[in-house]
Amino acid sequence: MAKIAYYPGCSGQSTSVEYDLSTRAVCRELGLELVDLEDWSCCGSTPAHTVNHVLSAALSARNLALTEQLGMDLVTTPCPSCLSNLRTAAHKMEDADFRAKANALLDTPCTKQVTAQSVLQVIMEQVDPELIRAKVVKPLTGLKLACYYGCIMNRPPALMQFDNHEHPMVMDNLMTMLGAEVVPYPLKVECCGASFGVPRVDIVTKLAGKLLDAGRELDVDAFVTACPLCQMNLDMRQGQINSALQEKFRIPVFYYTQLLGYALGIDRKELGLKKLCVNPKPVFNKLKETAQAS
Amino acid sequence: MRIGVFICHCGSNIAGTVDCESVVEIAAGFPEVVYATDSMYTCSEPGQEGIITAIHEHNLDGVVVASCSPRMHEPTFRRAVERAGLNRYMFEMANIREHVSWIGKDKAHNTNKAADLVLMAVEKLRRNRPLVAKSFTTVKKVLVIGGGVAGIQAALDCADGGLDVVMVEREQSIGGKMAKLDKTFPTIDCSSCVLGPKMVDIAQHEKISLYACSEVESVSGYVGNFSVTIRRKATYVDWTTCTGCGLCTEKCPSKRSPDPFNEFLGTTTAINIPFPQAIPKKAAINPDTCMKLQKGKCGICAKVCPVGCIDYEQQDELVTVEVGAIVVATGYDLFDWHKYPQYGEGRYPDVITSLQYERLLSASGPTGGHIKRPSDGKEPKNVVFIQCVGSRDRSVDRPYCSGFCCMYTAKQAILTKDHIPDSQSFVFYMDIRAPGKGYDEFTRRAMEEYGAQYVRGRVAMIYPHGDQLIVRGADTLAGTQVEVPADLVVLATGVEASQGAVKLGETLRVVPDQFGFFVESHPKLKPVETNTAGVYLAGACQGPKDIPTSVGQGSAAAAKALGLLSKEQLESDPAVSKVNVNRCVGCQKCIDTCPFGAIKAVTDRMGRLKAEVIETVCQGCGICTVTCPQGAIQLEHFTDNQILAEVNALCPPKMNNVSFE
Amino acid sequence: MKILDLSAGDRDFLAEVESRSGQNLKTCYQCGNCTAGCPYTFAYDIPVSQVMRLIQAGQREMVLNSKSLWLCASCQSCTTRCPNEIDVAKVMDVCRHMARESGCVSERTTKLFTDAFLQSVETHGRAYELGLMARYTLKSGRFFDNIALGPTALLHNKLSFKPHPIQGKEQVARIFERFRKGE
Repeated sequence: MAKIAYYPGCSGQSTSVEYDLSTRAVCRELGLELVDLEDWSCCGSTPAHTVNHVLSAALSARNLALTEQLGMDLVTTPCPSCLSNLRTAAHKMEDADFRAKANALLDTPCTKQVTAQSVLQVIMEQVDPELIRAKVVKPLTGLKLACYYGCIMNRPPALMQFDNHEHPMVMDNLMTMLGAEVVPYPLKVECCGASFGVPRVDIVTKLAGKLLDAGRELDVDAFVTACPLCQMNLDMRQGQINSALQEKFRIPVFYYTQLLGYALGIDRKELGLKKLCVNPKPVFNKLKETAQAS
Repeated sequence: MRIGVFICHCGSNIAGTVDCESVVEIAAGFPEVVYATDSMYTCSEPGQEGIITAIHEHNLDGVVVASCSPRMHEPTFRRAVERAGLNRYMFEMANIREHVSWIGKDKAHNTNKAADLVLMAVEKLRRNRPLVAKSFTTVKKVLVIGGGVAGIQAALDCADGGLDVVMVEREQSIGGKMAKLDKTFPTIDCSSCVLGPKMVDIAQHEKISLYACSEVESVSGYVGNFSVTIRRKATYVDWTTCTGCGLCTEKCPSKRSPDPFNEFLGTTTAINIPFPQAIPKKAAINPDTCMKLQKGKCGICAKVCPVGCIDYEQQDELVTVEVGAIVVATGYDLFDWHKYPQYGEGRYPDVITSLQYERLLSASGPTGGHIKRPSDGKEPKNVVFIQCVGSRDRSVDRPYCSGFCCMYTAKQAILTKDHIPDSQSFVFYMDIRAPGKGYDEFTRRAMEEYGAQYVRGRVAMIYPHGDQLIVRGADTLAGTQVEVPADLVVLATGVEASQGAVKLGETLRVVPDQFGFFVESHPKLKPVETNTAGVYLAGACQGPKDIPTSVGQGSAAAAKALGLLSKEQLESDPAVSKVNVNRCVGCQKCIDTCPFGAIKAVTDRMGRLKAEVIETVCQGCGICTVTCPQGAIQLEHFTDNQILAEVNALCPPKMNNVSFE
Repeated sequence: MKILDLSAGDRDFLAEVESRSGQNLKTCYQCGNCTAGCPYTFAYDIPVSQVMRLIQAGQREMVLNSKSLWLCASCQSCTTRCPNEIDVAKVMDVCRHMARESGCVSERTTKLFTDAFLQSVETHGRAYELGLMARYTLKSGRFFDNIALGPTALLHNKLSFKPHPIQGKEQVARIFERFRKGE
């Protein structure tokens, strides 16, 4: 089993706990051994970098140093915000002056270059697609999906260096490989409202509402996401969106790891499907019908 | 010797940071210098007269001018000393402007350095020998590469001026990009109506030989005597008998051949004539899509051809021509707009380029001149034009302005209204560039009379919404984001050098800039000449430009060629290499290292191998002189002794009385 | 409407923004591409390309008092598409830093949320969402914004009632301390 350092991220312990659960299950199934960073701390997410860049880098760098201590130079995380912060910190600390400033805030300095990658990138680059194909026991045939990547997973391209920054295809290709029909979703990287759900919920309802509307136009059965905030804004807040916009959306929103796990035959409990707010039952009914019909 | 030294002030250009009077004083003490003076502008008429007078009054037999770069005025001063009766090579220049006064402000330092450079020039001049140029005859023929409007103008002017012309055009027909246009700004002239007669003139002019569907393969020789090999690509049709009747194209069953003339909108037949006014009006077969050539089936065109000119066995043919001058008019191509993923990267059929839109507008185009959406053939109502796609954009490595897109976009907006009266055009722009005669007024017409809505701001993304495309841009003047549901989006795509231009440049030894456009000799004063003697530029290959400017350059290049070849003979540069046959041991190392192939092996009377320089081809680079182990080959005017004299002037050898002569 | 005296523009402001963001704002030719792509334009008082213009014109007050700074989500749409390769999101971030430092807070709830979040991280080493929400709600007085979420989140067992502070929470607290001291 390939070992890889794992940074779960704060929301994985609460509002996106199903993302953490399904990520761990899927990685185990695909031969990736996730080694949790010992006593990891918050990367600072958006709030830290809006206050100060050295503070933000230091909060991230504490975790890069933890990776170093594990003797590894690659850490993976499911959350694009954590990923962006870790990568930004690593990049900024290539400059000796900045590194000194950031390390001055830390107990244990970060001395080596550590790379951070998304779990999605690790799966796509380190796991043989044939292996995934071979392990599919419950194909997603019959499902019409919209893959929504969120605004920062692939942007800015110079920093994130993964997939096309306007029309990313990695998730689309993965879902297609699992047997689903993936629609050409036009707003793949358009922001959902991010962390404004608490201070300015009106912004989230408007932006996330647009995303749901675009999906509904294409008649999708469900959305597939790779970001805790995106998933939360589209799923947990779907009720708020409906109230604010006088709408009646009822579109389930999955994490890609949940659908991947399902296709690989992993037990539902390990995928946290019950934690999804918009009931995903219609999706599973459709899958069953299609499976029976063929 | 009796050497005269002239220190130039160049106004304050030199005098501002160099104490010219001091340099004069110092120079007066240099060996063999009998006269030293300074002048305000040595290159001016009084300045030159001053030199000539001094030569006569003081019996000078050599002159040093310390002024600007020799690239600037060496020819000027050489002519001046020649007028005074001296050999023009008994003249040296010290560059105390670009190399001294322009790079530092320390006067003492500069004065010292200027004096040093003058001493170097004097020491070299003391070893100079008079050189006499040889004359050679020239071929009174011009090669024009490229049959677009610039090349056509150059060819016609040369031919009318009495020169023979060979025109080589890569595509099946001449006409270039102008032949693809529907109408032209600002007069809304029909493009093929104004270009057509010129194209016919090319075909019919007795002095012009046209090789279409051909490319220049190699060039050797030198100004006045180039030898060019042209590859005539196989068309599988005998063009000496083809009448252009078009029967073959009507019957050809292979209808999915890519159609480059129509910018790949729609397809054409494997055997085709690109457009009705094509010159030459001959058919050609695309071997990749012809069923006979690919699979050995069909052969219908050969059966129906009334003159039996189809020849499936035809091969490429190589032709060699001798010419005296070359005009490069290879034009432009469009930037690859797929580098803007936010515009769909080619995924959306209703996002097209401006050239594709021209083909939709053109009556001889794939839709018969009706504007139809490529996706469903419906007439668009909202047409959005986006300017600066691949221009003025550092992020895609195209920082320059393509010069004519503002104009053709206004034209296209006007024509759209003509074709579809209830349409609405939107033009997203950053600035409007309309410098020519009637140009600005033309763009205003689009806005004022034809109702085009001009929005100042870029477009961030285009994405599909039902049948339409949502264009999301900014109106910076209104200060907000805007959205337009478009039926059709036309991208005013920036231009770049023609495909293959850089490679052709290598063949011709013409230098491309970082964007592939050919570099002219001087950006202000020599826009159609290159640093390779005898090779001229015309049209968009030198930089983006509109039709009148291209035509102007075509005539300018022709004037240069006519001037070059108007003399009976040309003078060759005598500063070429020369072999001392007594020292030459026939090792042939120089022949191997000469990059121009300017040295050949000969046998002397005793049957010994010796090297001999072909003086007209030698470019005076000096590589042979470094290579020769015997020191048998020397570059005239830059001999080892002459160069070492300069070195010794700067760094006197520690040993006294050692001479390298 | 404010009439600008161009010769009275604050050159220091422009220089400070350029230095802190590492971006050359003179390359901005006001094409509006950033505004065109910014999904938050509808909520802004000054569109992002105009913020850039005002920085170029040295209008410190107008920029630091704008709401737009606080409503930028750093979604990177602007940075990704700028033809002059300016990191516009970074410029907005830097201006927000400067606004905070000058005490110009034009979007109260956003600032309160930011502070509540960072408080939580400083105390526990990680963001403890329930505690964060409680603190925010108390300080902002906005009890009803997200009240509908409560039942949903609890029903799906998404919120833990107890924080799980990490062992090294003091290490994290020290990061904040040192940062504050250094300011």
